[in-house]
Amino acid sequence: MEIIDLNSVPVREMNQRLQMRDGVVNEQEFQVLHPGGRHALSVGLTHPIDVTIDGHTGYYCGGMNQEAKITVNGNVGTGVAENMMSGCVRVKGDASQSAGATAHGGLLVIEGDASARCAISLKGGDVVVCGSVGHMAAFMAQAGRLVVLGDVGDDLGDSLYEADIYVGGTVASLGADCEEKEMNSDCRGELEKLLAEAGVTADVTKFRRYGSAKKLYHFNIDNAGDY
Amino acid sequence: MNDRNDAAGSATYTPKVIDEIHRAAREGIYSIRGAGAKRSVPNFDDLVFLGASMSRYPLEGYRERCDTNVVIGARYASKPIELDIPITIAGMSFGALGANAKRALGLGASAMGTSTTTGDGGMTQEEREASKTLVYQYLPSRYGMTPDQLRQADAIEVVVGQGAKPGGGGMLLGQKITDRVAEMRTLPAGIDQRSACRHPDWTGPDDLEIKIQELREITNWEKPIYVKVGATRTRYDVMLAVKAGADAVVVDGMQGGTAATQDIFIEDVGIPTLPAVRLAVEALQELDMHRKVQLIVSGGIRTGGDVAKALALGADVVSIGMAALMALNCNAPLFEDDYAALGTRPGECHMCHTGRCPVGITTQDAELEKRLDPEEGARRVRNYLSTLTMECQTLARACGKSHVHNLEPEDMVALTVEAAAMARIPLAGTDWIPGVNK
Amino acid sequence: MCGIVGLYLKNPEIRDQLGAYFSPMLEQMSDRGPDSAGVAIYRDDVSQSAKVTLYDPGPNFNWTELAADSTRDLGVDISVERISSHAILSGEIESATLRRWVEEKRPNIRVMSSGNNLEIYKEVGLPSDVLTRFGIPQVSGSHAIGHTRMATESAVTTEGAHPFNTGDDLCLVHNGSLSNHHRLRDWLREHADFKFQTENDSEVAAAYLTWRLGQGATIAEALEAALLDLDGFYTFAIGTRDGFSVLRDPIACKPAVMAETENWVAMASEFRALAQLPGVDEARVWEPEPATVYSWGQA
Repeated sequence: MEIIDLNSVPVREMNQRLQMRDGVVNEQEFQVLHPGGRHALSVGLTHPIDVTIDGHTGYYCGGMNQEAKITVNGNVGTGVAENMMSGCVRVKGDASQSAGATAHGGLLVIEGDASARCAISLKGGDVVVCGSVGHMAAFMAQAGRLVVLGDVGDDLGDSLYEADIYVGGTVASLGADCEEKEMNSDCRGELEKLLAEAGVTADVTKFRRYGSAKKLYHFNIDNAGDY
Repeated sequence: MNDRNDAAGSATYTPKVIDEIHRAAREGIYSIRGAGAKRSVPNFDDLVFLGASMSRYPLEGYRERCDTNVVIGARYASKPIELDIPITIAGMSFGALGANAKRALGLGASAMGTSTTTGDGGMTQEEREASKTLVYQYLPSRYGMTPDQLRQADAIEVVVGQGAKPGGGGMLLGQKITDRVAEMRTLPAGIDQRSACRHPDWTGPDDLEIKIQELREITNWEKPIYVKVGATRTRYDVMLAVKAGADAVVVDGMQGGTAATQDIFIEDVGIPTLPAVRLAVEALQELDMHRKVQLIVSGGIRTGGDVAKALALGADVVSIGMAALMALNCNAPLFEDDYAALGTRPGECHMCHTGRCPVGITTQDAELEKRLDPEEGARRVRNYLSTLTMECQTLARACGKSHVHNLEPEDMVALTVEAAAMARIPLAGTDWIPGVNK
Repeated sequence: MCGIVGLYLKNPEIRDQLGAYFSPMLEQMSDRGPDSAGVAIYRDDVSQSAKVTLYDPGPNFNWTELAADSTRDLGVDISVERISSHAILSGEIESATLRRWVEEKRPNIRVMSSGNNLEIYKEVGLPSDVLTRFGIPQVSGSHAIGHTRMATESAVTTEGAHPFNTGDDLCLVHNGSLSNHHRLRDWLREHADFKFQTENDSEVAAAYLTWRLGQGATIAEALEAALLDLDGFYTFAIGTRDGFSVLRDPIACKPAVMAETENWVAMASEFRALAQLPGVDEARVWEPEPATVYSWGQA
């Protein structure tokens, strides 16, 4: 276990250490102290290492993550795990806006709440939020899954493509081209698997599923109001 | 004698305008097309150089050097871009363009020691292999954006907007979303792509600064970061890009092209390249960042004269999009029946959005793509870039310059009042710069 | 654009630490705003006493003479305290009266703020320099809001820096960019007789709130009305005599984070501005919702 104290070491040095660009993985576990709200912590990682960050971070924590397992014992700022490709990011506290933005793969788990634009532009990753999310969740989400155990704000799934959304609580309103879908045993099975992977317990029978109505897939004047 | 009731057409409701109103009434949606602004705006044609005279002496061609090399991105990047010529190929997506076109551009640019740029759809392996120097666009849609590709790029261009549609996102119609394009963009094949106009995880220069920091951390502070804007509030935009930490700023005037967007966006939004260059240079000078943060200018660059004039106004580099495609035969009088089938003809075509490009450039159709041989296309692009460079050098030598960057605004005069005002260059034969002096 | 910060001390016993807690918050926002900085401090609430903060960049400006002239004209003892390029004029008088005197008799002097307990200091330059210049780390008081500026559509000048004060003890800082401020400015000029010092969109927002308050609205009502009348992107922090408020526009792209303990409540554009506040590790930390007015104190 290697300890990196951000009160002594600049962010640049921390990221270089964790990125292991020379390919030599001589340590598997890292603990990062005193993040103090700093930005771009443990970004661009490419090895399946374990990184724990003790405290609250700023923007883009775990940005473009590949393979690594990152745990934040605190809150995160805008864009946690943005563009993640694989691996896992877990936030013990709350996330700010654009959590998991445009992620292609991997799993983002937020044990608290997430604010606006959660899973915006999602491209295949999985985002599981144990609390609630703000407005414009899954905006233009193209692929992947967003699961919210709590409530969802306005305009869920606005301009949605092929991503799937599961909600345990209430939905304030649906966005353009987002509609409720059938929740059958296959869906429940898939959701159960995902929740297990996320280490989250919930009653899958209480969830509703949402997806694209696909009316905006081709430009049509009757949908002009939705553009 | 004027007969008020004669059958002359209206200057307000021209046949073209009337056609468009009829179309709108039929279809109920805006018209979408490719290419850039077609309306007449003041441009570099309205500036001329003051060549050698009794007081200023020219350089001999060939023997006496007129250098053209330029370095981009030394402000923060540890591996700045070094170009042999101050002309690059602008961002155009694979998706908008076919694979053969991207390959031809890459090979041609590499042969001349310059760079190409990916577009709104990610990087193809062919493009990375064909282009010795590749700039990777980072756009609101983030289609095809991966850290592996980010690290494979030579520079990163954060796109805030482009000249054809400042404030608009990407657009690709279903007929061009083939399986390959769809897979790269994580979209279902055959649908009409909708795109975001803002980045998903930052808005504004204060948050862009943090995003740039993240991109640098991911790429080990090696790669230059450009910030691209469509020309609107250019002075503020350039200053903000500098303050946000850009290594270079790309300013794309309203004449800049696109493969598909609303016609009204192309024609009615953005300012011409001519005033945009001047505004950008003034902004850099005000921050004492001219030549420290490089300025790349695009939007209607056509000849070596345009190149020289943009440089004389203070740009470090110019970028070409549509002109590079024209070097690949865009609008060439070949396959004329196919132009006619699209309702157009060579010299007027802007049908990039249809995917039925008669010369195989802006298409994903395998049959049409055969009309563009990448090797032959590369030769044409190389020839064109070479011509632009030689023309620029000819003009620079005539003004006594041993490096094209030594061209200055004082080497030029304007032929119209508008151009004089926009470029802040005196009207020929006078000292007058409208708005500056009497 | 900008960084904004706000701190409200709930516990009166730590009010002598206001500047010490607040200064690092502002400094952490320097990256977001390197051009200029401004601070609004609320202290010394003596109800009858007016306080007007004035600005003249000249090092030799004769403030004593100005105070003496105002004493003579207004028939009330007016004292002056000089702090670098600014000065606080105060006396037992209506603040509007004192402000008017300065505007009429000394039109070349900029009025930075007026009210009973508000002082505003703003200058071009790095936030850390601005803080030192005005001795902010040493001030005491009940609350403060501050701003670091990256100028967008208007010039980098002292007047262009935030906070903007447009009505007694009211001030505003803004992170974002409004889109309908030109017409709103003209309207306020025409119909509400406002005089603007800058071309800045934030000044228009401040004037709008002052106008609403003048129409009888509470600060919360004025902010609710702002959601309808102002267009664009914004996070606002507003200081009033007794407290402060926070508002984000409905789209909420510009950041905001809040933290609260039993001793204080704070807001900032980024968490790292709050990271050094005492007790922050145990604080309740949350993100304000869009289009929702938050208020503390007797605001």
